[in-house]
Amino acid sequence: MTKLAAGFKQIGHYRISDPYSLLPFRFMRLDAGRHVLTNMAGQHLVVPAGIMPELVERRLPTGHPLVPDLEAGHFVTQGADDVHLELLAAQIRTRQARLADMTALHMFVVSLRCDHSCGYCQVSRVSEDRKAFDMTPKTADRAVDLMLRSPSRQLKVEFQGGEPLLNFPVIQRIVERTKKRAGEQDLAFVIATNLAFVTDEILDFCAAHQICISTSLDGPPELHNTNRPRPGKDAHARTIDGINRCRARLGHDRVSALMTCTASSLAQPEAIIDEYVRHGFQEIFLRYISPYGFAVRAANKVGYETEQFLEFYRRGLANILNLNGEGVRMREVYASILLRRMLTSQPTGYVDLQSPAGAGLSALVYNYNGEVYASDEGRMLAEMGDKTFHLGSVHHSTWESLFLDSPLLDMADRTMTEGLPGCSECAFQPWCGSDRVFHHATQGDAVGHRPTSAFCRRNMEIMRHLVRLLEDDPAAAEILRGWAR
Amino acid sequence: MKLNDKAHFGFGAKAFIGLLEARAADGNYALRNLSIDDPKRLTLRIGSSGSPADVSLSEEMAYLRAGDMLRLNPQTNDIRVLYRGSSRHNFLFLTERCNSRCLMCSQPPRSIDDSYLADDILRMIPWMAKDTRELGITGGEPTLLHDRLTALLGAVKEHLPSTALHMLSNGRLFSYLRYAERVAEAKPADFMVGVPLYADTASAHDFVVQASGAFEETLFGLLNLARVGVRVELRMVVHRHTYARLPQFAQFVARNLPFVDQVVIMGLELMGYARSNLDSLWIDPVEYQDELERCVHHLDQAGLNVFIYNHQLCLLRPSLRRFAKKSISDWKNIYLPECDGCTLKTECGGFFASATLRHSSHIHSIR
Ligand code: SF4
Ligand code: SF4
Repeated sequence: MTKLAAGFKQIGHYRISDPYSLLPFRFMRLDAGRHVLTNMAGQHLVVPAGIMPELVERRLPTGHPLVPDLEAGHFVTQGADDVHLELLAAQIRTRQARLADMTALHMFVVSLRCDHSCGYCQVSRVSEDRKAFDMTPKTADRAVDLMLRSPSRQLKVEFQGGEPLLNFPVIQRIVERTKKRAGEQDLAFVIATNLAFVTDEILDFCAAHQICISTSLDGPPELHNTNRPRPGKDAHARTIDGINRCRARLGHDRVSALMTCTASSLAQPEAIIDEYVRHGFQEIFLRYISPYGFAVRAANKVGYETEQFLEFYRRGLANILNLNGEGVRMREVYASILLRRMLTSQPTGYVDLQSPAGAGLSALVYNYNGEVYASDEGRMLAEMGDKTFHLGSVHHSTWESLFLDSPLLDMADRTMTEGLPGCSECAFQPWCGSDRVFHHATQGDAVGHRPTSAFCRRNMEIMRHLVRLLEDDPAAAEILRGWAR
Repeated sequence: MKLNDKAHFGFGAKAFIGLLEARAADGNYALRNLSIDDPKRLTLRIGSSGSPADVSLSEEMAYLRAGDMLRLNPQTNDIRVLYRGSSRHNFLFLTERCNSRCLMCSQPPRSIDDSYLADDILRMIPWMAKDTRELGITGGEPTLLHDRLTALLGAVKEHLPSTALHMLSNGRLFSYLRYAERVAEAKPADFMVGVPLYADTASAHDFVVQASGAFEETLFGLLNLARVGVRVELRMVVHRHTYARLPQFAQFVARNLPFVDQVVIMGLELMGYARSNLDSLWIDPVEYQDELERCVHHLDQAGLNVFIYNHQLCLLRPSLRRFAKKSISDWKNIYLPECDGCTLKTECGGFFASATLRHSSHIHSIR
């Protein structure tokens, strides 16, 4: 290095000669030759496996090329200890900002009735004409009033069923009452529907109130129709027709679609993705099927092993990345949520990747009869006789009692991955979450046993896959980083 | 500068701030002394023609207009133009003192008592054009002025409510939350602090600014400014000691400081210490395009506003040109013979005049 003018000191003068100190971080094997480290706020660094003993015993020489990366990533500190902690704290605060904000997502099951009889449906099928399974105006009013007690600055109201459009007057009532009575909150409305009953009047109302439509599209016609039997076997055609009508009336972006991965889907991720591309969607959620409700009962028909799902997921993701390489805009939603948690300090609202678990704290479900549950899956379990996740009722609970005189606080306490056996030492803990309902349903225990948990296996392998893509495949990494925003 | 006896007598031979007021029929300006409260005006003549006046300036000052302000020192016969009503680049030079000593400082600090500079500025602010779009505060390190700085911010807020005020500060003193709060209370509506951060690790930053502990103080300062709601611009100067970790720097910023309003990546201006340390600092910008591209791309992808200053367009990779801002003030920039016929010349900032000392050997006109 060329000399500096007189009076200036060389860099050595500013280096601390003592060995660095370790900051709290987690690490684990990424693959045979590499370890992945995550700091307290979820920033990661991949290092050669052989370096770990030296690193943790503080024997890496200051001149080692990894030391600046370790220092910049808040894994070690050399003389600026306080600012490392302050920057980590700021990131953790930002990541957890939604916790202080409380419950934002409110799901209203306005009717249990449905015209489809899907093998994986998570709620009881009821023939279309039984009024006993519709939410009454009175129940709806009480549910709205309860929801408006939420301190959240944003309220997202999602109408579910059954098929919610079978009870459209109550949807109208809820939207109008919410808008009239809400204070400063930002409101968003979504109807999750199979679109079989969509009419011009319904669309006019949705347009007038900026209501979004979320529908189900499982893939090509044959797959979709097998997954979603209905009289006439025309579910796919009706869905596509409905999507087009909604887009024409409400705008392209107002309509989204969700797929559910069943055993018949596993062999054909590419065909499913193509179907989404063909119909002009720019994102797809390669979604795992949950083992509740009918899905548990029909497990041998639609269920499948986690490994098969992972294979499906990796293939699907590879296909989507290829499409992007060819200039087709398409994003996989689950990867996007994880990447945002991995690569940024921003909070994510996705309920199943929260610590403590998002059930109740991020989302509440108001069943057609006024019973309130911590999650949709909790409601399914109740239909099957397990009331563990029942929080109260719109008819006699207060906002406070839903949280304080219910299992919720105990749930929050026992679903913080920071302290759960297995998770507490997992390098992926800052990105992951916990699903108490899942572990309750599959392992009979709220905390659960990670080594045999399908939730853990699925998430760990997806995260491992994403870390590797970011490390090893520059073209994929470039696309994936774009999804994190 | 020449002063007649009456002027000497009138001013007690003390340096003063003069405001050029309306021009009379004989071509002379009325000169108001802002340093004393005295309604009397002097007459000021520029050039040799016209009627005799109390103060005469040479022909090269002919660009001055009514509304401009100068510092006149009768003892040394010095004048310094401090404010030009017609310029978009008015900088209020607050102090020569600084608590850092950056390797490439274009304005090497001096430890002197120059508090008069801030007093002068305080006298000038009420007379500045109300429609002034932007004002800059520079130094030295303005935060060393404490009460005078907050008074100055308050004066701009009061007298120039619609002016955008930009202050360059190393941010170290904002590690005291109370100071950040006081600045936040005093500041005008449109206010931004430009804070340099030269590395993602303590030792590398402390080396560039030649001050142990500076990295930590600056980062605490940035967090405090965010906490009290003061907008922040981050500044990085690229040279041989900073270019290698530009991509990691971007990652550090996106992850730890996502609240900053903009990030500016700057080329060297070969003034002051940058000249003394030129051999150690110099790297041809062509050599760091890779690092620069990854840095800018990462910041952009993270949703931050990124700008590149002081870089000739022909040296930047095409993907980077849209981030380049014509940052060298019109009256400071020059072009080289190589620039003749270049199609980008109107968008390119060209060079600081100091670039004659050294510049990239890859300047080429773009056709
Ligand atoms: S569930 Fe598994 S992958 Fe997720 S944090 Fe726990 S141990 Fe890690
Ligand atoms: S040739 Fe001159 S004008 Fe053209 S881009 Fe280069 S520096 Fe700018």
